[in-house]
Amino acid sequence: MKKIMQSACIWLVLLFLYAPILILVVYSFTDSTMIGTIKGFSLQNYVTLFTTPELIQMIVGTFVLAIGVGVISTLLGTAGAIGAFYSKKQVRGAVDLANQIPVINADVVTGFSICILMIAIFKVDKSTFVPLVIGQVSLCTPFVYLSVLPRLKQMDHQLYEAALDLGCTPAKALFKVIIPQIIPGIVSGFMTALTLSLDDYFISTYTKPATFDTISTYVVNATKGAQTEIKTALWALSTLIFVLVTAVVFISNIKVKNGASDEKI
Amino acid sequence: MKGNWFSRKQLAIPYIMFLILFVVLPLIVVLYYAFTDGDGNVSFENFLHFFQNGKTVGTLVYSVIIALITTVVCLLIAYPVAYILAKGSFCGKHAFLMLFVLPMWINFTLRITAMKEILTVIEGNLAYYQFFNTILCMVYDFLPFMILPLYNTLTKLDKSLIEAAHDLGADKVQVFFKVVLPLSVPGIISGVTMVFLPSMTNYVVLDMIYNSTYIMGSLIGSYFSAYDWHNGSVISIILLAMIFVVTMISNRFTDGDDASAERARRL
Repeated sequence: MKKIMQSACIWLVLLFLYAPILILVVYSFTDSTMIGTIKGFSLQNYVTLFTTPELIQMIVGTFVLAIGVGVISTLLGTAGAIGAFYSKKQVRGAVDLANQIPVINADVVTGFSICILMIAIFKVDKSTFVPLVIGQVSLCTPFVYLSVLPRLKQMDHQLYEAALDLGCTPAKALFKVIIPQIIPGIVSGFMTALTLSLDDYFISTYTKPATFDTISTYVVNATKGAQTEIKTALWALSTLIFVLVTAVVFISNIKVKNGASDEKI
Repeated sequence: MKGNWFSRKQLAIPYIMFLILFVVLPLIVVLYYAFTDGDGNVSFENFLHFFQNGKTVGTLVYSVIIALITTVVCLLIAYPVAYILAKGSFCGKHAFLMLFVLPMWINFTLRITAMKEILTVIEGNLAYYQFFNTILCMVYDFLPFMILPLYNTLTKLDKSLIEAAHDLGADKVQVFFKVVLPLSVPGIISGVTMVFLPSMTNYVVLDMIYNSTYIMGSLIGSYFSAYDWHNGSVISIILLAMIFVVTMISNRFTDGDDASAERARRL
């Protein structure tokens, strides 16, 4: 009896989390324009998704931006973590503290403050991508920093000195000794940066050029009465993103099980 | 040797510069705008304006209420789930946890669109149960963020304490309220931080289902589009103050930056 109650609880919550997405997945393969009215099977939504220039631009733009932001954040955050780790206590403490600001701050405030900084102080042209990239990098880098730092703490520090004693240059020792030991932290930092950028709405909406849309800003506008064609094409997009996320999670978990990484989740 | 250490420290310079320019400086700019008037004189006029205006104060109260209810509902749903998952001995436990956490990585605007479509079909018109729908969509958005920290705390729980309580004659209810619940407080606190703060500012959920919003986040937006940076900054400062207080409280209960570490460990 207790077992039944427990699994009922689990399945009910799963139903709540997945029913909306799965219904959209099913309907994305039909030609109905409203949920609830089943018509025939159709791939029209996918055709629309991949043939409407506006939609393609938006999707490609979002992913290019996310990868760009991910790479910049990873470089900045990793270098920052290594540097801060070997700096004086006070410097490290100050960097740790400043690093926490974007993490705990509301994204709306981060976006707003960077935007007025850019416009009022730096007089940056908002039609360029500079404010958008800087805004998202300032959101993502702290998470890279936070995922690299624990790896540095666990690292065997004598190896670096051994490398130097054996005649390695500091730069070479960095790439041959330190980086390989902290690579899991760098990878998970990069993945976090990627997902944060893909999921971001608040910073993008304040800092993006008026003519550019990310998936988030586009979808929010589209829900306010877009054409039906676009609306149902977005169901197809939801389906593809759902499949992509599931695949990535699945693959990364298989890797974890195979002992490639001892990381939780 | 000294020279080599110096070169590693230098790696932090770009990030330190970045933090000063794009993290600390924006806050100073916001502080400046919040405490000055249009001519650049120091004034508290903006804050008076906020707290004397019934509409803005009402918005603040409403955001806190929405955030509180969302957090409580998330906690009430997430705790049993996390508890069953953590305690359970069924196979594929990890796979089940992944199922609960996976929605975190799907773009939230797409998930809310899905929820909106379903609600429209069920209710016919979203106008009937506005408050209920708001909370439902917020909970739908934030639930995974509550489950993960609770699960992490509950799996780390020292099983021998539970056994000891049983041996000493406590019944199941007593064990739960006297042992399990107190020990899971750090998880509760970090889950609450991860849900309460974002739900106070996440105006997009409301914006998407009702095209109009009355919570703190959207106030910044409306001042911003009116180029009223002084009042927009006031909202930011008020939000920052609340965030600061909540974080301080949560740090007392958890070992330092648990909540942020939780958020960082998303993948």
